[in-house]
Amino acid sequence: MDWIDLGLVALRVVVIFGLLQVVTILLIWFERKVVADMQNRVGPDRAGPFGILQTVADGVKLFFKEQVTPRKVELGLYLAAPMLAAVPAFLMFMVVPFGRPVRINLGGEDRLIPIQGADLNIGLLYVLAMSSVAVYAVVLAGWSSGSKYPLLGGVRATAQAISYEAAMGLSLVPVVLFTGSLQLSEIVTAQSGSLTFFDRAIALPAWNVIVLAPSFLIFFIAAVAETNRAPFDLVEAEQEIVGGFHTEYSGLRFALFFLAEYINIFTMSGLAVTLFLGGWAGPTWDGSVPLLVSAVLPTVWFFLKVVVFLFIFVWLRATLPRLRYDQLMTLGWKRLIPASLVWLFFIGGAMAVRQFGLPWG
Amino acid sequence: MVELVIFALMGAVALAGAIGVVRARNPVYGAMGLMATLFALAVFYVVHLAHFVAVVQVIVYAGAVITLFLFVIMFVGVDRAEDLTEKLAVQRPVALIVLVGVVVAAGALVVTGNFDWVITSGEPQVVTGTIEEIGENLISVGPPSGREASRWLLPFEATSLLLIVAAVGAIALAFYRPRRKDEASGRRDAGPGSGSGP
Repeated sequence: MDWIDLGLVALRVVVIFGLLQVVTILLIWFERKVVADMQNRVGPDRAGPFGILQTVADGVKLFFKEQVTPRKVELGLYLAAPMLAAVPAFLMFMVVPFGRPVRINLGGEDRLIPIQGADLNIGLLYVLAMSSVAVYAVVLAGWSSGSKYPLLGGVRATAQAISYEAAMGLSLVPVVLFTGSLQLSEIVTAQSGSLTFFDRAIALPAWNVIVLAPSFLIFFIAAVAETNRAPFDLVEAEQEIVGGFHTEYSGLRFALFFLAEYINIFTMSGLAVTLFLGGWAGPTWDGSVPLLVSAVLPTVWFFLKVVVFLFIFVWLRATLPRLRYDQLMTLGWKRLIPASLVWLFFIGGAMAVRQFGLPWG
Repeated sequence: MVELVIFALMGAVALAGAIGVVRARNPVYGAMGLMATLFALAVFYVVHLAHFVAVVQVIVYAGAVITLFLFVIMFVGVDRAEDLTEKLAVQRPVALIVLVGVVVAAGALVVTGNFDWVITSGEPQVVTGTIEEIGENLISVGPPSGREASRWLLPFEATSLLLIVAAVGAIALAFYRPRRKDEASGRRDAGPGSGSGP
Protein backbone atom coordinates (compact mmCIF):
# COMPACT_ATOMS: atom_id res chain seq x y z
CA MET A 1 0.00 0.00 0.00
CA ASP A 2 1.93 2.99 -1.25
CA TRP A 3 0.73 6.39 -2.34
CA ILE A 4 -0.15 5.18 -5.86
CA ASP A 5 -2.53 2.62 -4.38
CA LEU A 6 -4.06 5.25 -2.17
CA GLY A 7 -4.44 7.55 -5.16
CA LEU A 8 -6.12 4.78 -7.15
CA VAL A 9 -8.59 4.14 -4.34
CA ALA A 10 -9.40 7.84 -4.12
CA LEU A 11 -9.74 8.04 -7.90
CA ARG A 12 -12.17 5.13 -7.98
CA VAL A 13 -14.30 6.66 -5.24
CA VAL A 14 -14.43 10.02 -7.03
CA VAL A 15 -15.20 8.40 -10.39
CA ILE A 16 -18.08 6.39 -8.92
CA PHE A 17 -19.38 9.47 -7.11
CA GLY A 18 -19.50 11.37 -10.39
CA LEU A 19 -20.81 8.41 -12.33
CA LEU A 20 -23.77 7.98 -10.02
CA GLN A 21 -24.78 11.60 -10.37
CA VAL A 22 -24.53 11.54 -14.15
CA VAL A 23 -26.50 8.30 -14.20
CA THR A 24 -29.18 9.89 -12.02
CA ILE A 25 -29.52 12.85 -14.36
CA LEU A 26 -29.87 10.56 -17.37
CA LEU A 27 -32.14 8.12 -15.57
CA ILE A 28 -34.70 10.75 -14.57
CA TRP A 29 -34.78 12.01 -18.16
CA PHE A 30 -35.03 8.41 -19.43
CA GLU A 31 -37.93 7.67 -17.11
CA ARG A 32 -39.85 10.77 -18.11
CA LYS A 33 -39.32 10.08 -21.78
CA VAL A 34 -40.33 6.41 -21.58
CA VAL A 35 -43.38 7.10 -19.43
CA ALA A 36 -44.37 9.87 -21.82
CA ASP A 37 -44.09 7.51 -24.77
CA MET A 38 -46.19 4.90 -23.00
CA GLN A 39 -48.84 7.48 -22.23
CA ASN A 40 -48.79 8.88 -25.75
CA ARG A 41 -47.26 12.22 -24.72
CA VAL A 42 -44.13 14.00 -25.85
CA GLY A 43 -42.40 14.42 -22.51
CA PRO A 44 -39.58 16.88 -21.85
CA ASP A 45 -38.29 18.25 -25.14
CA ARG A 46 -37.21 21.85 -24.51
CA ALA A 47 -33.85 21.76 -22.71
CA GLY A 48 -31.16 20.44 -25.01
CA PRO A 49 -31.57 17.80 -27.72
CA PHE A 50 -34.54 15.51 -26.89
CA GLY A 51 -34.89 17.40 -23.61
CA ILE A 52 -31.87 15.61 -22.20
CA LEU A 53 -30.87 18.61 -20.08
CA GLN A 54 -34.28 18.80 -18.40
CA THR A 55 -32.99 17.16 -15.22
CA VAL A 56 -30.06 19.55 -15.04
CA ALA A 57 -32.48 22.46 -15.28
CA ASP A 58 -34.68 20.92 -12.57
CA GLY A 59 -31.64 20.35 -10.38
CA VAL A 60 -30.56 23.97 -10.70
CA LYS A 61 -34.10 25.08 -9.93
CA LEU A 62 -34.21 22.93 -6.77
CA PHE A 63 -30.82 24.24 -5.77
CA PHE A 64 -32.03 27.84 -5.70
CA LYS A 65 -35.42 27.18 -4.16
CA GLU A 66 -36.20 28.13 -0.60
CA GLN A 67 -35.77 25.30 1.89
CA VAL A 68 -38.91 25.60 3.94
CA THR A 69 -38.60 24.35 7.51
CA PRO A 70 -41.99 23.79 9.13
CA ARG A 71 -42.39 24.94 12.73
CA LYS A 72 -43.19 21.58 14.32
CA VAL A 73 -40.23 19.58 13.01
CA GLU A 74 -37.63 17.85 15.18
CA LEU A 75 -34.85 19.91 13.69
CA GLY A 76 -31.83 17.63 14.22
CA LEU A 77 -33.28 14.53 12.64
CA TYR A 78 -35.21 16.56 10.06
CA LEU A 79 -31.93 17.91 8.73
CA ALA A 80 -30.09 14.60 9.04
CA ALA A 81 -32.66 12.48 7.20
CA PRO A 82 -31.86 13.62 3.62
CA MET A 83 -28.17 12.94 4.22
CA LEU A 84 -28.99 9.54 5.69
CA ALA A 85 -30.81 8.83 2.43
CA ALA A 86 -28.01 9.90 0.12
CA VAL A 87 -24.99 8.40 1.92
CA PRO A 88 -26.02 4.71 1.89
CA ALA A 89 -27.18 5.09 -1.71
CA PHE A 90 -23.69 6.20 -2.73
CA LEU A 91 -21.98 3.61 -0.52
CA MET A 92 -24.01 0.71 -1.82
CA PHE A 93 -22.75 0.97 -5.38
CA MET A 94 -19.14 0.92 -4.18
CA VAL A 95 -18.92 -2.87 -4.25
CA VAL A 96 -20.62 -3.47 -7.60
CA PRO A 97 -18.03 -4.41 -10.26
CA PHE A 98 -18.88 -2.64 -13.51
CA GLY A 99 -15.93 -3.69 -15.64
CA ARG A 100 -13.22 -6.31 -16.00
CA PRO A 101 -10.18 -5.66 -13.80
CA VAL A 102 -7.44 -4.03 -15.87
CA ARG A 103 -3.72 -4.55 -15.51
CA ILE A 104 -1.75 -1.31 -15.82
CA ASN A 105 1.93 -0.63 -15.29
CA LEU A 106 2.12 2.21 -12.79
CA GLY A 107 5.15 3.35 -10.86
CA GLY A 108 7.29 0.51 -12.14
CA GLU A 109 5.07 -2.41 -11.23
CA ASP A 110 2.03 -4.12 -12.72
CA ARG A 111 -1.12 -3.37 -10.82
CA LEU A 112 -4.43 -5.16 -11.17
CA ILE A 113 -7.07 -2.47 -10.85
CA PRO A 114 -10.60 -3.68 -10.19
CA ILE A 115 -13.26 -1.55 -11.88
CA GLN A 116 -15.31 -1.17 -8.71
CA GLY A 117 -15.05 0.87 -5.53
CA ALA A 118 -13.83 -1.89 -3.26
CA ASP A 119 -13.65 -5.63 -3.81
CA LEU A 120 -14.85 -6.72 -0.38
CA ASN A 121 -14.87 -10.43 0.37
CA ILE A 122 -18.24 -9.96 2.04
CA GLY A 123 -19.60 -7.71 -0.70
CA LEU A 124 -23.07 -9.22 -0.78
CA LEU A 125 -23.55 -8.84 2.97
CA TYR A 126 -22.29 -5.28 2.73
CA VAL A 127 -24.98 -4.53 0.17
CA LEU A 128 -27.64 -5.97 2.45
CA ALA A 129 -26.30 -3.95 5.38
CA MET A 130 -26.37 -0.71 3.40
CA SER A 131 -29.86 -1.35 2.07
CA SER A 132 -31.08 -1.95 5.62
CA VAL A 133 -29.49 1.30 6.78
CA ALA A 134 -31.14 3.18 3.93
CA VAL A 135 -34.59 2.72 5.44
CA TYR A 136 -33.70 5.02 8.36
CA ALA A 137 -33.85 8.04 6.11
CA VAL A 138 -37.48 7.41 5.24
CA VAL A 139 -38.48 6.50 8.79
CA LEU A 140 -36.75 9.46 10.40
CA ALA A 141 -37.91 11.90 7.74
CA GLY A 142 -41.46 10.73 8.31
CA TRP A 143 -41.25 10.99 12.06
CA SER A 144 -39.29 14.22 12.37
CA SER A 145 -41.54 16.17 10.03
CA GLY A 146 -44.09 16.51 12.83
CA SER A 147 -47.02 16.04 10.49
CA LYS A 148 -49.40 13.14 10.08
CA TYR A 149 -48.96 12.22 6.44
CA PRO A 150 -45.18 11.85 6.64
CA LEU A 151 -45.59 9.82 9.83
CA LEU A 152 -47.92 7.40 8.06
CA GLY A 153 -45.39 7.15 5.25
CA GLY A 154 -42.62 6.45 7.75
CA VAL A 155 -44.54 3.67 9.50
CA ARG A 156 -45.41 2.12 6.15
CA ALA A 157 -41.76 2.29 5.11
CA THR A 158 -40.61 0.44 8.24
CA ALA A 159 -43.07 -2.41 7.79
CA GLN A 160 -42.35 -2.69 4.09
CA ALA A 161 -38.59 -2.67 4.53
CA ILE A 162 -38.64 -5.35 7.22
CA SER A 163 -40.93 -7.59 5.16
CA TYR A 164 -39.10 -7.35 1.89
CA GLU A 165 -35.58 -7.38 3.29
CA ALA A 166 -36.25 -10.90 4.56
CA ALA A 167 -37.42 -12.04 1.14
CA MET A 168 -34.47 -10.38 -0.55
CA GLY A 169 -31.92 -11.93 1.81
CA LEU A 170 -33.45 -15.38 1.38
CA SER A 171 -33.48 -15.05 -2.40
CA LEU A 172 -29.76 -14.30 -2.38
CA VAL A 173 -28.74 -17.36 -0.35
CA PRO A 174 -29.09 -19.75 -3.34
CA VAL A 175 -26.72 -17.51 -5.31
CA VAL A 176 -24.16 -17.74 -2.52
CA LEU A 177 -24.65 -21.50 -2.26
CA PHE A 178 -24.34 -21.92 -6.00
CA THR A 179 -21.22 -19.81 -6.53
CA GLY A 180 -19.68 -20.43 -3.12
CA SER A 181 -18.67 -16.84 -2.53
CA LEU A 182 -19.96 -13.59 -1.09
CA GLN A 183 -17.50 -11.59 -3.16
CA LEU A 184 -19.24 -9.88 -6.06
CA SER A 185 -16.24 -10.11 -8.39
CA GLU A 186 -16.08 -13.87 -7.84
CA ILE A 187 -19.81 -14.20 -8.42
CA VAL A 188 -19.27 -12.49 -11.77
CA THR A 189 -16.34 -14.67 -12.82
CA ALA A 190 -18.29 -17.78 -11.79
CA GLN A 191 -20.88 -16.81 -14.41
CA SER A 192 -18.47 -16.41 -17.32
CA GLY A 193 -18.32 -18.96 -20.12
CA SER A 194 -21.04 -21.34 -21.27
CA LEU A 195 -23.54 -23.22 -19.23
CA THR A 196 -22.63 -26.85 -18.66
CA PHE A 197 -25.31 -29.48 -18.39
CA PHE A 198 -24.00 -32.85 -17.19
CA ASP A 199 -20.46 -31.82 -18.16
CA ARG A 200 -21.50 -30.77 -21.65
CA ALA A 201 -21.38 -27.15 -22.71
CA ILE A 202 -24.60 -25.89 -24.24
CA ALA A 203 -25.13 -22.70 -26.19
CA LEU A 204 -26.28 -20.58 -23.26
CA PRO A 205 -24.27 -18.25 -21.03
CA ALA A 206 -23.59 -19.58 -17.53
CA TRP A 207 -25.72 -16.89 -15.96
CA ASN A 208 -27.36 -17.55 -12.65
CA VAL A 209 -30.68 -16.35 -14.00
CA ILE A 210 -31.02 -19.55 -16.00
CA VAL A 211 -30.31 -21.95 -13.15
CA LEU A 212 -31.76 -19.84 -10.35
CA ALA A 213 -34.72 -18.25 -12.10
CA PRO A 214 -37.05 -18.32 -9.05
CA SER A 215 -34.39 -16.57 -6.95
CA PHE A 216 -34.05 -13.93 -9.62
CA LEU A 217 -37.78 -13.31 -9.71
CA ILE A 218 -38.04 -12.98 -5.94
CA PHE A 219 -34.97 -10.78 -5.80
CA PHE A 220 -36.29 -8.44 -8.45
CA ILE A 221 -39.71 -8.07 -6.82
CA ALA A 222 -38.04 -7.40 -3.47
CA ALA A 223 -35.68 -4.92 -5.12
CA VAL A 224 -38.59 -2.95 -6.54
CA ALA A 225 -40.15 -2.93 -3.07
CA GLU A 226 -36.87 -1.91 -1.41
CA THR A 227 -36.52 1.08 -3.70
CA ASN A 228 -40.14 2.11 -2.95
CA ARG A 229 -41.01 2.17 -6.61
CA ALA A 230 -44.41 1.58 -8.16
CA PRO A 231 -46.29 -0.70 -7.66
CA PHE A 232 -44.80 -0.71 -4.14
CA ASP A 233 -44.70 3.06 -3.62
CA LEU A 234 -47.09 3.08 -0.67
CA VAL A 235 -44.47 5.04 1.20
CA GLU A 236 -45.11 8.06 -1.02
CA ALA A 237 -48.60 7.35 -2.41
CA GLU A 238 -49.52 10.83 -3.61
CA GLN A 239 -53.24 10.07 -3.75
CA GLU A 240 -53.47 8.85 -0.15
CA ILE A 241 -50.80 10.52 1.97
CA VAL A 242 -49.82 13.52 -0.16
CA GLY A 243 -46.16 12.64 -0.67
CA GLY A 244 -45.42 10.44 2.31
CA PHE A 245 -42.12 10.97 4.05
CA HIS A 246 -40.98 13.87 1.87
CA THR A 247 -44.14 15.97 2.12
CA GLU A 248 -42.47 18.58 4.32
CA TYR A 249 -39.20 18.73 2.40
CA SER A 250 -38.38 21.27 -0.27
CA GLY A 251 -35.45 22.58 -2.23
CA LEU A 252 -32.12 20.83 -1.92
CA ARG A 253 -33.27 18.56 0.89
CA PHE A 254 -35.97 17.13 -1.33
CA ALA A 255 -33.44 16.84 -4.14
CA LEU A 256 -31.28 14.60 -1.94
CA PHE A 257 -34.19 12.18 -1.42
CA PHE A 258 -34.85 12.24 -5.15
CA LEU A 259 -31.18 11.59 -5.91
CA ALA A 260 -31.07 8.69 -3.44
CA GLU A 261 -34.13 7.06 -4.95
CA TYR A 262 -32.71 7.05 -8.46
CA ILE A 263 -29.26 5.93 -7.33
CA ASN A 264 -30.95 3.06 -5.52
CA ILE A 265 -32.78 2.06 -8.69
CA PHE A 266 -29.50 2.06 -10.58
CA THR A 267 -27.70 0.11 -7.85
CA MET A 268 -30.44 -2.50 -7.62
CA SER A 269 -30.34 -2.92 -11.40
CA GLY A 270 -26.57 -3.23 -11.23
CA LEU A 271 -26.88 -5.83 -8.48
CA ALA A 272 -29.44 -7.83 -10.45
CA VAL A 273 -27.07 -7.82 -13.41
CA THR A 274 -24.08 -8.74 -11.25
CA LEU A 275 -25.78 -11.55 -9.37
CA PHE A 276 -27.92 -13.08 -12.08
CA LEU A 277 -26.93 -11.84 -15.54
CA GLY A 278 -23.18 -12.31 -15.46
CA GLY A 279 -22.24 -8.74 -14.58
CA TRP A 280 -19.68 -7.44 -17.04
CA ALA A 281 -19.18 -10.86 -18.60
CA GLY A 282 -19.61 -10.91 -22.36
CA PRO A 283 -17.62 -11.35 -25.55
CA THR A 284 -14.51 -9.14 -25.60
CA TRP A 285 -12.65 -10.64 -28.61
CA ASP A 286 -9.33 -10.38 -26.85
CA GLY A 287 -6.46 -10.12 -29.33
CA SER A 288 -8.51 -9.50 -32.47
CA VAL A 289 -9.57 -5.96 -31.52
CA PRO A 290 -7.45 -3.12 -30.13
CA LEU A 291 -6.50 -3.50 -26.48
CA LEU A 292 -8.47 -0.47 -25.40
CA VAL A 293 -11.67 -1.77 -27.00
CA SER A 294 -11.46 -5.14 -25.31
CA ALA A 295 -10.77 -3.40 -21.99
CA VAL A 296 -13.82 -1.14 -22.29
CA LEU A 297 -16.24 -3.71 -23.75
CA PRO A 298 -17.06 -5.40 -20.39
CA THR A 299 -18.19 -2.04 -19.02
CA VAL A 300 -20.33 -1.56 -22.12
CA TRP A 301 -21.95 -4.97 -21.60
CA PHE A 302 -22.62 -4.14 -17.96
CA PHE A 303 -24.33 -0.88 -18.76
CA LEU A 304 -26.37 -2.40 -21.61
CA LYS A 305 -27.70 -5.06 -19.25
CA VAL A 306 -28.41 -2.44 -16.61
CA VAL A 307 -30.40 -0.33 -19.07
CA VAL A 308 -32.69 -3.32 -19.66
CA PHE A 309 -33.47 -3.38 -15.94
CA LEU A 310 -33.90 0.36 -15.75
CA PHE A 311 -36.43 0.09 -18.55
CA ILE A 312 -38.29 -2.62 -16.62
CA PHE A 313 -38.37 -0.39 -13.54
CA VAL A 314 -39.91 2.43 -15.60
CA TRP A 315 -42.22 0.05 -17.40
CA LEU A 316 -43.58 -1.27 -14.10
CA ARG A 317 -44.19 2.27 -12.92
CA ALA A 318 -46.02 3.24 -16.08
CA THR A 319 -48.30 0.22 -16.24
CA LEU A 320 -49.04 -1.25 -12.81
CA PRO A 321 -51.48 0.18 -10.24
CA ARG A 322 -50.32 0.53 -6.64
CA LEU A 323 -50.86 -2.39 -4.29
CA ARG A 324 -53.13 -2.05 -1.29
CA TYR A 325 -51.36 -2.26 2.06
CA ASP A 326 -52.74 -5.71 2.93
CA GLN A 327 -51.87 -6.95 -0.55
CA LEU A 328 -48.32 -5.73 -0.01
CA MET A 329 -48.02 -7.64 3.26
CA THR A 330 -49.68 -10.75 1.79
CA LEU A 331 -47.30 -10.77 -1.14
CA GLY A 332 -44.29 -10.35 1.12
CA TRP A 333 -45.03 -12.74 3.95
CA LYS A 334 -47.36 -15.32 2.41
CA ARG A 335 -45.96 -15.59 -1.09
CA LEU A 336 -42.37 -14.43 -1.46
CA ILE A 337 -40.86 -15.65 1.82
CA PRO A 338 -42.39 -19.16 1.68
CA ALA A 339 -41.52 -19.43 -2.00
CA SER A 340 -37.92 -18.43 -1.37
CA LEU A 341 -37.68 -20.85 1.58
CA VAL A 342 -38.96 -23.78 -0.53
CA TRP A 343 -36.58 -22.86 -3.33
CA LEU A 344 -33.73 -22.56 -0.85
CA PHE A 345 -34.43 -26.07 0.47
CA PHE A 346 -34.51 -27.39 -3.07
CA ILE A 347 -31.21 -25.74 -4.02
CA GLY A 348 -29.62 -26.86 -0.74
CA GLY A 349 -30.65 -30.43 -1.47
CA ALA A 350 -29.37 -30.22 -5.03
CA MET A 351 -26.03 -28.84 -3.85
CA ALA A 352 -25.75 -31.60 -1.25
CA VAL A 353 -26.44 -34.25 -3.89
CA ARG A 354 -23.87 -32.67 -6.17
CA GLN A 355 -21.23 -32.73 -3.42
CA PHE A 356 -21.97 -36.01 -1.61
CA GLY A 357 -23.95 -38.00 -4.16
CA LEU A 358 -27.40 -39.45 -3.69
CA PRO A 359 -28.13 -40.66 -0.16
CA TRP A 360 -28.90 -44.15 -1.45
CA GLY A 361 -26.17 -44.12 -4.08
CA MET B 1 -1.12 4.70 14.89
CA VAL B 2 -4.08 4.78 12.51
CA GLU B 3 -5.71 2.17 14.71
CA LEU B 4 -5.25 4.36 17.77
CA VAL B 5 -6.79 7.40 16.07
CA ILE B 6 -9.78 5.39 14.88
CA PHE B 7 -10.14 3.90 18.35
CA ALA B 8 -10.16 7.32 19.96
CA LEU B 9 -12.65 8.75 17.48
CA MET B 10 -15.01 5.81 17.44
CA GLY B 11 -14.67 5.30 21.17
CA ALA B 12 -15.87 8.87 21.64
CA VAL B 13 -18.78 8.21 19.27
CA ALA B 14 -19.67 5.00 21.09
CA LEU B 15 -19.57 6.70 24.48
CA ALA B 16 -21.56 9.69 23.27
CA GLY B 17 -24.15 7.38 21.78
CA ALA B 18 -24.36 5.34 24.96
CA ILE B 19 -24.83 8.44 27.07
CA GLY B 20 -27.42 9.62 24.58
CA VAL B 21 -29.38 6.40 25.03
CA VAL B 22 -29.89 7.00 28.74
CA ARG B 23 -29.94 10.80 28.68
CA ALA B 24 -32.22 11.54 25.73
CA ARG B 25 -35.67 12.68 26.78
CA ASN B 26 -37.10 11.54 23.49
CA PRO B 27 -37.02 7.79 22.81
CA VAL B 28 -36.36 8.30 19.10
CA TYR B 29 -33.15 10.15 19.91
CA GLY B 30 -32.33 7.36 22.36
CA ALA B 31 -32.68 4.82 19.57
CA MET B 32 -30.44 6.97 17.36
CA GLY B 33 -27.81 7.05 20.12
CA LEU B 34 -27.94 3.28 20.34
CA MET B 35 -27.45 3.09 16.60
CA ALA B 36 -24.41 5.36 16.79
CA THR B 37 -22.89 3.09 19.44
CA LEU B 38 -23.57 -0.02 17.38
CA PHE B 39 -22.02 1.56 14.30
CA ALA B 40 -18.94 2.52 16.29
CA LEU B 41 -18.66 -1.11 17.42
CA ALA B 42 -18.90 -2.21 13.79
CA VAL B 43 -15.98 0.09 12.98
CA PHE B 44 -13.99 -1.52 15.79
CA TYR B 45 -14.62 -4.91 14.22
CA VAL B 46 -13.41 -3.60 10.86
CA VAL B 47 -10.23 -2.31 12.51
CA HIS B 48 -9.70 -5.80 13.91
CA LEU B 49 -10.12 -7.17 10.36
CA ALA B 50 -13.32 -8.96 11.35
CA HIS B 51 -15.31 -7.70 8.37
CA PHE B 52 -17.89 -10.40 8.58
CA VAL B 53 -18.74 -9.65 12.20
CA ALA B 54 -18.88 -5.94 11.40
CA VAL B 55 -21.33 -6.38 8.56
CA VAL B 56 -23.47 -8.81 10.52
CA GLN B 57 -23.49 -6.28 13.37
CA VAL B 58 -24.83 -3.62 11.00
CA ILE B 59 -27.40 -5.93 9.39
CA VAL B 60 -28.76 -7.39 12.61
CA TYR B 61 -28.58 -4.49 15.05
CA ALA B 62 -28.61 -1.32 12.98
CA GLY B 63 -30.72 -2.87 10.24
CA ALA B 64 -33.28 -4.98 12.02
CA VAL B 65 -33.33 -4.34 15.77
CA ILE B 66 -33.30 -0.54 15.77
CA THR B 67 -35.74 -0.40 12.88
CA LEU B 68 -38.07 -2.49 15.01
CA PHE B 69 -37.48 -0.17 17.97
CA LEU B 70 -38.45 2.83 15.86
CA PHE B 71 -41.46 1.02 14.51
CA VAL B 72 -42.67 0.26 18.05
CA ILE B 73 -41.94 3.81 19.24
CA MET B 74 -43.95 5.26 16.37
CA PHE B 75 -46.78 2.81 16.72
CA VAL B 76 -47.19 3.01 20.48
CA GLY B 77 -46.80 6.75 20.29
CA VAL B 78 -44.39 7.21 23.20
CA ASP B 79 -42.38 9.69 21.19
CA ARG B 80 -42.99 12.38 23.78
CA ALA B 81 -40.37 13.83 26.06
CA GLU B 82 -39.95 11.68 29.14
CA ASP B 83 -40.10 12.98 32.67
CA LEU B 84 -36.65 12.37 34.07
CA THR B 85 -37.47 12.98 37.72
CA GLU B 86 -35.74 10.42 39.88
CA LYS B 87 -38.21 8.19 41.71
CA LEU B 88 -35.98 5.38 42.90
CA ALA B 89 -35.44 5.05 46.62
CA VAL B 90 -32.03 3.56 47.43
CA GLN B 91 -30.55 2.58 44.08
CA ARG B 92 -28.51 5.71 43.49
CA PRO B 93 -26.49 5.66 46.76
CA VAL B 94 -26.00 1.91 46.41
CA ALA B 95 -24.74 2.36 42.88
CA LEU B 96 -22.33 5.03 44.10
CA ILE B 97 -20.97 2.69 46.78
CA VAL B 98 -20.53 -0.13 44.24
CA LEU B 99 -18.83 2.27 41.83
CA VAL B 100 -16.38 3.42 44.50
CA GLY B 101 -15.70 -0.21 45.38
CA VAL B 102 -15.00 -1.14 41.78
CA VAL B 103 -12.69 1.84 41.32
CA VAL B 104 -10.80 0.99 44.51
CA ALA B 105 -10.47 -2.66 43.50
CA ALA B 106 -9.28 -1.77 40.01
CA GLY B 107 -6.83 0.76 41.44
CA ALA B 108 -5.49 -1.86 43.82
CA LEU B 109 -5.00 -4.25 40.93
CA VAL B 110 -3.08 -1.66 38.92
CA VAL B 111 -0.98 -0.53 41.89
CA THR B 112 -0.02 -4.07 42.90
CA GLY B 113 0.91 -4.82 39.31
CA ASN B 114 -1.53 -7.67 38.81
CA PHE B 115 -3.12 -5.98 35.83
CA ASP B 116 -1.80 -5.58 32.34
CA TRP B 117 -3.45 -3.62 29.59
CA VAL B 118 -4.03 -5.97 26.71
CA ILE B 119 -1.88 -4.37 24.08
CA THR B 120 -1.03 -6.04 20.84
CA SER B 121 2.01 -4.85 19.05
CA GLY B 122 2.52 -4.48 15.35
CA GLU B 123 0.07 -5.04 12.54
CA PRO B 124 -3.17 -6.84 13.28
CA GLN B 125 -3.29 -10.26 11.70
CA VAL B 126 -6.04 -12.59 10.65
CA VAL B 127 -6.11 -15.87 12.55
CA THR B 128 -8.17 -18.48 10.81
CA GLY B 129 -9.59 -21.40 12.67
CA THR B 130 -12.69 -23.44 13.19
CA ILE B 131 -15.65 -22.20 15.17
CA GLU B 132 -14.86 -24.91 17.71
CA GLU B 133 -11.43 -23.38 18.33
CA ILE B 134 -12.96 -19.94 18.79
CA GLY B 135 -15.32 -21.34 21.41
CA GLU B 136 -12.53 -23.19 23.20
CA ASN B 137 -10.32 -20.13 23.27
CA LEU B 138 -13.18 -18.06 24.57
CA ILE B 139 -14.45 -20.08 27.49
CA SER B 140 -12.09 -22.94 28.31
CA VAL B 141 -10.52 -22.65 31.76
CA GLY B 142 -8.49 -25.81 31.71
CA PRO B 143 -4.91 -25.83 30.52
CA PRO B 144 -4.92 -26.93 26.89
CA SER B 145 -2.58 -24.00 26.42
CA GLY B 146 -2.07 -22.72 29.93
CA ARG B 147 -3.05 -19.36 31.36
CA GLU B 148 -3.71 -17.83 27.97
CA ALA B 149 -6.79 -19.91 27.45
CA SER B 150 -8.65 -18.66 30.49
CA ARG B 151 -8.11 -15.01 29.75
CA TRP B 152 -11.49 -14.32 28.17
CA LEU B 153 -13.76 -16.31 30.46
CA LEU B 154 -14.15 -13.61 33.11
CA PRO B 155 -14.97 -10.76 30.70
CA PHE B 156 -17.38 -13.08 28.91
CA GLU B 157 -19.25 -13.93 32.09
CA ALA B 158 -19.14 -10.34 33.31
CA THR B 159 -20.83 -9.25 30.08
CA SER B 160 -23.67 -11.70 30.60
CA LEU B 161 -24.05 -10.42 34.16
CA LEU B 162 -24.21 -6.88 32.79
CA LEU B 163 -26.99 -7.88 30.39
CA ILE B 164 -29.04 -9.33 33.25
CA VAL B 165 -28.49 -6.18 35.31
CA ALA B 166 -29.69 -4.09 32.38
CA ALA B 167 -32.81 -6.21 31.91
CA VAL B 168 -33.66 -6.10 35.63
CA GLY B 169 -33.02 -2.36 35.67
CA ALA B 170 -35.38 -1.81 32.76
CA ILE B 171 -38.11 -3.74 34.53
CA ALA B 172 -37.50 -1.86 37.77
CA LEU B 173 -37.71 1.50 36.02
CA ALA B 174 -40.88 0.51 34.20
CA PHE B 175 -42.72 -0.87 37.24
CA TYR B 176 -41.74 1.17 40.27
CA ARG B 177 -43.21 4.43 39.11
CA PRO B 178 -45.80 5.86 41.47
CA ARG B 179 -48.70 7.54 39.75
CA ARG B 180 -48.80 11.27 40.08
CA LYS B 181 -51.37 13.78 39.02
CA ASP B 182 -49.00 16.02 37.11
CA GLU B 183 -47.34 13.18 35.26
CA ALA B 184 -49.38 13.59 32.11
CA SER B 185 -48.42 17.23 31.74
CA GLY B 186 -44.80 16.25 31.00
CA ARG B 187 -42.95 18.47 33.46
CA ARG B 188 -39.35 19.23 32.63
CA ASP B 189 -38.23 21.09 35.73
CA ALA B 190 -36.12 18.66 37.73
CA GLY B 191 -32.89 17.39 36.30
CA PRO B 192 -31.57 13.94 37.13
CA GLY B 193 -30.15 13.54 40.60
CA SER B 194 -32.10 16.38 42.13
CA GLY B 195 -35.01 14.22 43.19
CA SER B 196 -34.78 11.93 46.20
CA GLY B 197 -37.65 9.53 45.90
CA PRO B 198 -41.33 10.13 46.25
